Amino acid sequence: MKIKKADLYEKIGFTILFLSILTTLIFLVTILYFITVRGIKIISWEFLTQQPRSGMTEGGIAPAIVGTLYLTLGAILFAVPIGVGCAIYINEYYPKNIIVNLLRISINNLAGVPSIVFGLFGLAVFVKFFKFGVSILSGSLTLGILILPSIISASQEALMAIPFSLREASLALGATRWQTIRKIILPAGLPGILTGVILSIGRAAGETAPILFTAAAFYVKGYPKSIFSEVMALPYHIYGLMTEGVYPEKQTQIAYGCALILMFLVLTISAIAIYFRQKQRRGYYG
Amino acid sequence: MYRIKEEVYKWIFAFLAFTSVIFLAGITITLFTESLPLFKHYPLKNFLFGRFWYPTYEPPEFGALPLILASLWVTAGSVFICVPLGIGSALYITELAGPKQKTILKPLIEILASIPSVVYGFFGMVIVAPFIQKIFNLPTGLTALTGSLILGIMATPTVASLSEDAVSAVPRSFREASLALGANRLQTIVKVIIPSASSGIFTAVILGISRAIGETMTVLMVTGGSAIIPKSFLQPVRPITATIAAEMGEAVMGSSHYNALFALGLILFLVTLFFNILAEFISSKHRIKLGAGR
Repeated sequence: MKIKKADLYEKIGFTILFLSILTTLIFLVTILYFITVRGIKIISWEFLTQQPRSGMTEGGIAPAIVGTLYLTLGAILFAVPIGVGCAIYINEYYPKNIIVNLLRISINNLAGVPSIVFGLFGLAVFVKFFKFGVSILSGSLTLGILILPSIISASQEALMAIPFSLREASLALGATRWQTIRKIILPAGLPGILTGVILSIGRAAGETAPILFTAAAFYVKGYPKSIFSEVMALPYHIYGLMTEGVYPEKQTQIAYGCALILMFLVLTISAIAIYFRQKQRRGYYG
Repeated sequence: MYRIKEEVYKWIFAFLAFTSVIFLAGITITLFTESLPLFKHYPLKNFLFGRFWYPTYEPPEFGALPLILASLWVTAGSVFICVPLGIGSALYITELAGPKQKTILKPLIEILASIPSVVYGFFGMVIVAPFIQKIFNLPTGLTALTGSLILGIMATPTVASLSEDAVSAVPRSFREASLALGANRLQTIVKVIIPSASSGIFTAVILGISRAIGETMTVLMVTGGSAIIPKSFLQPVRPITATIAAEMGEAVMGSSHYNALFALGLILFLVTLFFNILAEFISSKHRIKLGAGR
């Protein structure tokens, strides 16, 4: 029996589609595999809790982990109130169309700005103009602006999913707009907003380019003392280990450890957020 | 009393909302004010079309052409990877995968997108570069090709998840109509799904390209960093982002070099802004097109 031409093409076409997703996943697995297998050898309790020693070739990476935590925390503290406030304004105060469009265009374009350009902005404005210097504060603010668009859109999605009847019921009972926002809208939108915040934590923790000139240093003795100190940061440390210093081989080993920890941190955080979001979306529409 | 309080809250929220406008304006203004001093004594034409980038020579040369070309080459190379793989993956997930596969594959692609760029760069340096050096028998594995490869892999999830959104927005009735007319599933995909989702897919590709152009850490780590006009994919190059990242640490604040690096940032900003506006424009047309189809 002759196979129909159309059927044959269909088989070939489907195989191509299958191969493309397979290739994508193979890349993912290869990256995960190499970094996990080689990184796990170097990781120990000491590696996680000690200071670096002997010119970055021994000891741990604790200051870099702590630095990344500070920078991320700072970015979240700065960006969440602004982002949620912005989403509330757009979604609950019904500004004029032209204003909504202006805000939407700004937010979309801010989201598309390359991360290194945020770094330049941070350098010129926070480090130089406001004289915060190369510090946790400058780095946090820069990272905060970078994650702002994603916090706004996640919050907006969360607010939009709240049934309209909740607002009407609250207003009908005589509550003012602010009371409705505080007692009805924010509690109802909280899970969705939190998911967006968690996703942004992952993003902020892994970004390198914005902190290159605003916060990070390859080596700082001890832990940061104030928000005006330079810090070591996990992503920058990987870069530093690969491009600076005098013992490339030993440093590469340590970089494997750093890469594994950073990847583990970021992937766990985003996996949690993606899982919750999946669940929430199903909840709203299902 | 209540009324005043309400007004105050409204204004607070309005202010918070406008901070993103302020930041975007701030970025634009900063890039201009920090880069314009360069052009007082260095002509714009020489900056854009100069063939030599020697920022530390006396007198310095700030010809950005090699850097611009390097960015274009590396990005163009990455498009050959991220576009077919991204669109193919999106079509597989929406059209072929069963519900079980779908619930696993979709988040998996999103997770791939969240791997930090420095990790991709590191992977490129320690695994991909030695490999490329070996097969092509090169003095170094840090080349434009390595950059394109890693950047392509990095941008694939972006293209995939955005085109997936576009493809799943095609109404079910389109598929049913096509199948009912006797088309098989591939014919439906090629002749119905792809054309109706084309503007969405196009948007995804543009945003993927925009992301690849602006990507810093990966290209900084894997492209080798020599600021010469690229002639082959197998030689080290130095894209715009990598130049800014590598040299800002050494540039004296307020010097011509510092201004020149901001000028590079400005080019980058304008290019990505153009791509984003283009994407926005196309996707707004897309919404109208599908809306009319329903």
